Amino acid sequence: MRRRRTKSRGEEKSVTGISMATIAIGSGQAAVTRPDYVDDVTRAFLVAALFWGVIGFTAGLFIALQLVFPVLNLDLEWTTFGRLRPVHTSAVIFAFGGTALIGTSFHIVQRTSHARLFGGAPLGWFVFLGYQFFILLAASGYVFGVTQSKEYAEPEWYVDIWLTIVWVAYLIAFAGTLLKREEPHIYVANWFLLAFILTIAMLHLVNSMAMPVSFFGTKSYSAYSGVQDAMIQWWYGHNAVGFFLTAGFLGMMYYIIPKQADRPIYSYRLSIVHFWSLTFLYIWAGPHHLHYTALPDWAQTLGMTFSIMLWMPSWGGMINGIMTLSGAWDKLRTDPSLRFSVTAVGFYGMSTFEGPVMSIKAVNGLSHYTDWTIGHVHSGALGWVGFIVFGTMYYLVPVLWSRARLYSPRLVAWHFWIATLGIVLYITAMWVSGIMQGLMWRAYDSLGFLQYSFVETVVAMRPFYAIRALGGLLYVLGALIMSYNIWRTIRGDVAVEKSRTPGLTIARA
Amino acid sequence: MAFRHAVIEKNVVLLAVLTLITISIGGLVQIIPLFAVESTIERVQGVRPYSPLEQLGRNIYVREGCYLCHSQQVRTFKDEVERYGHYSLAAESMYDHPFQWGSKRTGPDLARVGGKYSNDWHVTHLINPRALVPESIMPGYGFLARKPLYYADASAHLKALRAVGVPYSDEMIAKARADIEAQADADSDSADLLKRYPKAVVAKFNSEAREITEMDALVAYLQMLGTMVRFSDVTPADLKQ
Repeated sequence: MRRRRTKSRGEEKSVTGISMATIAIGSGQAAVTRPDYVDDVTRAFLVAALFWGVIGFTAGLFIALQLVFPVLNLDLEWTTFGRLRPVHTSAVIFAFGGTALIGTSFHIVQRTSHARLFGGAPLGWFVFLGYQFFILLAASGYVFGVTQSKEYAEPEWYVDIWLTIVWVAYLIAFAGTLLKREEPHIYVANWFLLAFILTIAMLHLVNSMAMPVSFFGTKSYSAYSGVQDAMIQWWYGHNAVGFFLTAGFLGMMYYIIPKQADRPIYSYRLSIVHFWSLTFLYIWAGPHHLHYTALPDWAQTLGMTFSIMLWMPSWGGMINGIMTLSGAWDKLRTDPSLRFSVTAVGFYGMSTFEGPVMSIKAVNGLSHYTDWTIGHVHSGALGWVGFIVFGTMYYLVPVLWSRARLYSPRLVAWHFWIATLGIVLYITAMWVSGIMQGLMWRAYDSLGFLQYSFVETVVAMRPFYAIRALGGLLYVLGALIMSYNIWRTIRGDVAVEKSRTPGLTIARA
Repeated sequence: MAFRHAVIEKNVVLLAVLTLITISIGGLVQIIPLFAVESTIERVQGVRPYSPLEQLGRNIYVREGCYLCHSQQVRTFKDEVERYGHYSLAAESMYDHPFQWGSKRTGPDLARVGGKYSNDWHVTHLINPRALVPESIMPGYGFLARKPLYYADASAHLKALRAVGVPYSDEMIAKARADIEAQADADSDSADLLKRYPKAVVAKFNSEAREITEMDALVAYLQMLGTMVRFSDVTPADLKQ
């Protein structure tokens, strides 16, 4: 491969930044001047997101290997599965996902509002640095045993307070930009992003209420106990999925797919129905994490009912995203980064079908406490969240660094297939292992005794844990290929590569 | 006049307020009754606040993230009841700040592990799980047997728990440190301790060290799990939620 340096391409025209907003909402206004967008902060967010992605995926691979080879726990207190698992989940959800989300939302809200970020660069940088500091505070705490051990809400009280400050600053920057927008309408991506910011604030404040043992110590006790704590925790936990990992990334989808496909959103009406039904229904779904437990039956049934209803708005959103490609399907052949975004929506559709199925009490009786749940989460996290972020980054990096195109579209294609294969290995291994474990727990022999001891199920899961780790390894490899590609793109390099697809050109905004 | 969604789309404050209302309803309906309806917690006898040693042991359980592989919630299934014991009651975790029901069983449920194995078994197993269960994939926790338990601030822990609703008396708070020392010493006069915390297991759990270690606290907690309610005294009416 020969490479050459390119001169930076002309600045992105502001008109394209808002064109789909105006198309989608039927406003005829076209902007002429380009506001002085705060892009440095967005660039920093994207680079940090990529960094955290590699860290988070690698941490996941390591703890997956610990389940195959327990010797990897190293018999040290800082490296046990119990301490590293929150490092993995927080690194991918909050560090990778959150950083990508906040950064992209700053880009989206400025472009679709045709306005400079409220608070300008100082507020933007405060949110960036503040959020990165939150990540470091939280993750270092887990390694040293500072945790509330409430799943996905592990940070202790002082970290929670810091996150609240950063989050309020984020809300001010985001909503402030919307308030001073030059566009008459608020674009649909921003509805989802605003709902994400507000809901996460509410969930975080309520779920993290705790009583510190002392002002100078790290330890605190949750304000709630037992069954109420369980309900509040899963109200939080499921809606961290619903609003952080879904609504936020749907905001990303509503911006990035129309941009990549160069088409307006498929249906404006569907966007409205999608938004209000999704936000209303999601919040009820938490109790499906507590089926057949000491949570009263009425709450379990409510949770199940709303979880099943949730299937409809989820697929409404999927249809809206995928059908945006109407008339532009050929771009999938030529633009590998669009492949990521569209496959992401496909995985979104798959996991939002699987979720309601698993929330049915009879199914949940089998699936709960098993790896099936882990597989379900990862088809959402690797397939939906990961891929929509990859698609967005591959699109945004050339835009934000004013490059003609990515360094190597072929490497994007490699990343796509390696990561997809990784996901398939991961989720199929977890389906098999989860359903097998669930069935083994409830198996009786011909004399009416439980057929398997617990440890027999552990032995049976081992091969599938190995396959899962292999899937994770492929996903990490894909992320490393991406990092290389993005780094070369930022440097301004362009790989000269012959395309196997006749007439390959890279779609650009 | 026909409703126009455009009105909402042009007003950030209206959009934010309507969104907040929309996202609040579900949580309010599901959470508030759990605090308001008394029958949420079953009417059973025997559930007491944790002894200071058990509570500090529980804090180690929380610190190490044990809940990531072990649930503490036996579901209402025949196979689970046969494998682990009576299904879990809400009353049994009413003093759990935070709850540790868990969501994954890479290892077995621990809600009723108390009394199933000897103290020595737990210590040996925690130091090297594969010494007793060769197929186990659990990490070794040998460092717990070497680390002295920090309990100088035990009273402060009980006070913080009282602030969030655990009924620790002034006496319990004042005697927190003494109770820890009494419970971790097989030869102590534990009558006073057992009056405050019935059924607490008194022993030098970790024979590997002379002083009170984190291992002692954790095993004291594990040995108490699921033993507080005497199910032979419970009638179905007591369990109705």
